[in-house]
Amino acid sequence: MNIIALMEHVVIIGNGISGITTARHIRKNSNKKITVISGETEHFFSRTALMYIYMGHMKFEHTKPYEDWFWKKNRIDLIKGFVKNIDTQKNALEFNDGNIIKYDKLILAVGSKPNKFGWPGQDLKAVQGLYSYQDLESMEKYSSTTKRAVIVGGGLIGVEMAEMFLSRGIEVTFLVREDRFWGGVLPKKEGELISRHIKKHHVDLRFETELQEIIGDENGRAKSIITKSGEVIECQFVGLTAGVSPNIDFIKESNIETNRGILVNKFLETNVPNIYALGDCAEFHKHPTGRKNLEQVWYTGRMMGETLAQTICDNKTPYKPGMWFNSAKFFDIEYQTYGSVFSELKENEAEFYWEHKKGEICLHLVYDKSSNALLGINTFGIRMRHEVCERWINGKKDMNHIMEHLKDANFDPEFYKQYENQIVDQYNQENRTSLKSKKRDWKRIFAKN
Amino acid sequence: MKLIKNIGLILCIIGFAFFVGSIFVGNYTVTQQTFDEWINNKGIKSELFIEKANQEIVGKSFNAFQLSSKLITLAEKSAEAHQDNIELWQTEGNQDDKINAEWSKVIWTSWSSTHKDFTYPLLKASVNSPVKTNQWLAFFLTFGLAIIGGLLYIVPDFILMGPAGIKNNALFQHTATNRGIGGIITAAFFVVFYFLLYFFPDLIINPILTTNKISLSLSGNPASQWFMYGLIYCSVMTVFAVKMYVKYRNNLYQVIRTTVVLFFQVAFAFLIPELLVRFNQPWYDFKNAWPLNYTFFFDWNIDSLLDSGHLGMFMLVWGIVLTVIVIPVMVYFLGKRWYCSWVCGCGGLAETLGDPYRHLSNKTLKVWKFERYIIHLVLVFAVVMTGATLYSYFSGSETILGIKTYTIQSWYGFWIGSIFAGVIGTGFYPILGNRAWCRFGCPLAAYLGLVQRFKSRFRITTNGGQCISCGNCSTYCEMGIDVRAYAQKGLNIVRSSCVGCGVCAAVCPRGVLKLENAPEEGRILENPILIGKDDVSLNMKHEN
Repeated sequence: MNIIALMEHVVIIGNGISGITTARHIRKNSNKKITVISGETEHFFSRTALMYIYMGHMKFEHTKPYEDWFWKKNRIDLIKGFVKNIDTQKNALEFNDGNIIKYDKLILAVGSKPNKFGWPGQDLKAVQGLYSYQDLESMEKYSSTTKRAVIVGGGLIGVEMAEMFLSRGIEVTFLVREDRFWGGVLPKKEGELISRHIKKHHVDLRFETELQEIIGDENGRAKSIITKSGEVIECQFVGLTAGVSPNIDFIKESNIETNRGILVNKFLETNVPNIYALGDCAEFHKHPTGRKNLEQVWYTGRMMGETLAQTICDNKTPYKPGMWFNSAKFFDIEYQTYGSVFSELKENEAEFYWEHKKGEICLHLVYDKSSNALLGINTFGIRMRHEVCERWINGKKDMNHIMEHLKDANFDPEFYKQYENQIVDQYNQENRTSLKSKKRDWKRIFAKN
Repeated sequence: MKLIKNIGLILCIIGFAFFVGSIFVGNYTVTQQTFDEWINNKGIKSELFIEKANQEIVGKSFNAFQLSSKLITLAEKSAEAHQDNIELWQTEGNQDDKINAEWSKVIWTSWSSTHKDFTYPLLKASVNSPVKTNQWLAFFLTFGLAIIGGLLYIVPDFILMGPAGIKNNALFQHTATNRGIGGIITAAFFVVFYFLLYFFPDLIINPILTTNKISLSLSGNPASQWFMYGLIYCSVMTVFAVKMYVKYRNNLYQVIRTTVVLFFQVAFAFLIPELLVRFNQPWYDFKNAWPLNYTFFFDWNIDSLLDSGHLGMFMLVWGIVLTVIVIPVMVYFLGKRWYCSWVCGCGGLAETLGDPYRHLSNKTLKVWKFERYIIHLVLVFAVVMTGATLYSYFSGSETILGIKTYTIQSWYGFWIGSIFAGVIGTGFYPILGNRAWCRFGCPLAAYLGLVQRFKSRFRITTNGGQCISCGNCSTYCEMGIDVRAYAQKGLNIVRSSCVGCGVCAAVCPRGVLKLENAPEEGRILENPILIGKDDVSLNMKHEN
């Protein structure tokens, strides 16, 4: 008898961080047959590194976190192809080329696609977002004939695209709807700090400017854009980077319930038994810890994958992400965030903000007004130690404790100038305290809790 | 700015052109007096050779290649004739004295070891060239132009590359840094250079002479090929250190490390030894530790140190203390980086000239396995060779287990000291990356690595769950460590080969990595739980 045939067949659509993390963890904990399907690339690669391929920092092969033999060795079957249709009655998937495979459990990790908000001309040539490997190829194709690019949407991908074009000497006009860069996420001062830095790199950064229309040339390629205020900007490329939305068009015809994304409960189960969804494409009915129902970042994809693998391997586990964290790099300035720092303070919140006199380094702490407990940290140009920040925030440490132990959290490379004393001085002045910054202490840093 | 850069490039190329071109200028005329002195100094006893050479060489004019090959051909022919005689007499029997006398006339020539010692002094003494008569000018036209040009090419990047921050733009698109034609030509140039330096210095008398004035003013001796090499080494490191300052100016760790490693090269490997010679002391590099410094226990070195009074004795003791005590203790507290990327000369070149090639190292598991075999084999070879040397030194026996100690030393010197460390290690920077020698061949690195892996406070800490698997760290690891494989699992990086250059942490866009010396407990995590998800225990079984 064929033992393989007896084993449960788990099919995962999507080989991004969510799908692959799930596959790896299922393999760690079981002998199930695992198949991963992707139409994008044969092997898993790090989407976040696409920009580095364009800039010549890496080749595609360097963005693959596992060598090509890894999949066979770990008995993870890979299929390159697009799924056209999911037959939830027969537990079968139909591919574009007509092939059909059966599954026992189906995991949807199909990711996102760049938002297009119905702008006239949005489907012209050289008008695109940056999400997939194919987007990168297309950017590459148009670059040699692009003198100026217009980027629409002031977020993480937009600034990456700007950096990419500038590395090839292509001029960039960057349209941002808000009055500062990434205004929906960053508080005002941080937004201004990073806006200054973007301008320092000679990006033509336009605030409170929105796209009206993209005009094409006789070959159907973008040749200029018109802003809402009527200004015409000539360009040969338009980058659409106003966020992403779940890539679920082919699922909408099935009986899997969707809203903006595929709707899931805290176990990442869809309405159909044995079908799960996670990562960028999954939308919670109600987020398990009260955050946004749709969180499209690398880390949540990974954590969901770790969790879902447990459930698939008969250890039913709810998704319980810990403290929120994220990071990014805007040209030369790194950003990290831990806990909750919103663009505007909430009613119960107070803040402390320190900025270096040169205006490229800052620390922003948000805390509870009544208890003084730390709620969130934003830093620009200072690296923080994840474990320590998590211990502070989850442990509801008060601001006095934070200020005294700030040095424990510094994760900058050795010999970097440290600013804790300055920071604590400013805090003392503003709050009429006389706290002293304690020396870094390994015992505290590595304490179990 | 672009203009300055281009002028710099042109000046630099002209400097190199003069340097290479000087090989082909002038002629070599052997006078009777030079010839007799050379015969005398070399102790050449073959009347066949002397007579022929007198006829065919003395008073005539050659280029370097002609003269060198003529000498070798004559030597080989005379050696054959003598050996024929010996064979003949051996069959006749009972002529031991005659045979022994004939043996002493045989001139041994082998390109890999003895060749250069034979021809080099005669060629050096016989050269007539504009370089010889205008040594300061020659120095300016070669070293001077190349250095000035190089700096003019590099410094404008301070402005051109924009605000401070590491820009590895186009490294994988440029022919010189992506194993393209540019890289292959550079590698070929390096390889030819090393072959000439190690095995045919008689062909580069003029390039050596360009550094003669500097040598005279430092040690008081005329320049040898090793002096020229030392000066090139220091110049190249200085120019490329400036490049490091421009590129990594946002990162104080890199700036300080570059300064320190440059200082150790210029002061300890170049100036101090030359000045020691000026004061009639042995040439000694205080930071060059055995077994990288594999000749340390050779009889001639020990004898020379023992003959040099208190200072010589101090040098001998220091050399031993450095390897046995200083190195392991420092590695315990700081990791092997204190040596490999802060002090060592090989490391110094790799971290300056080699920086633009660091991404070319191979990161596959297969090559990591190969690395672990070969580097430890070289360490064993170094230990065995040194053991044999010391056995011979103390016992007076020339052989050990039937093998000549000198033969073992020659093998090591040729295959490891010259081919591996020089020709492959540096020559292949543009192909294999900048640490091929340090990663696969350096016995000292192997020793430091064993200490670092098993008993050290050093590690690269992974910052919780912030890794996005982008691969910058692995790509820019010159030692070919797949840093990301650890970071994305939340594991600290503890690897014997890590030289602590700090570039993985510098290029990480998310602040995930930090080089740290911290308590040993918890240094190697077997079962990390990625942060950000509270109650799933992960990594029950390790994938491999």
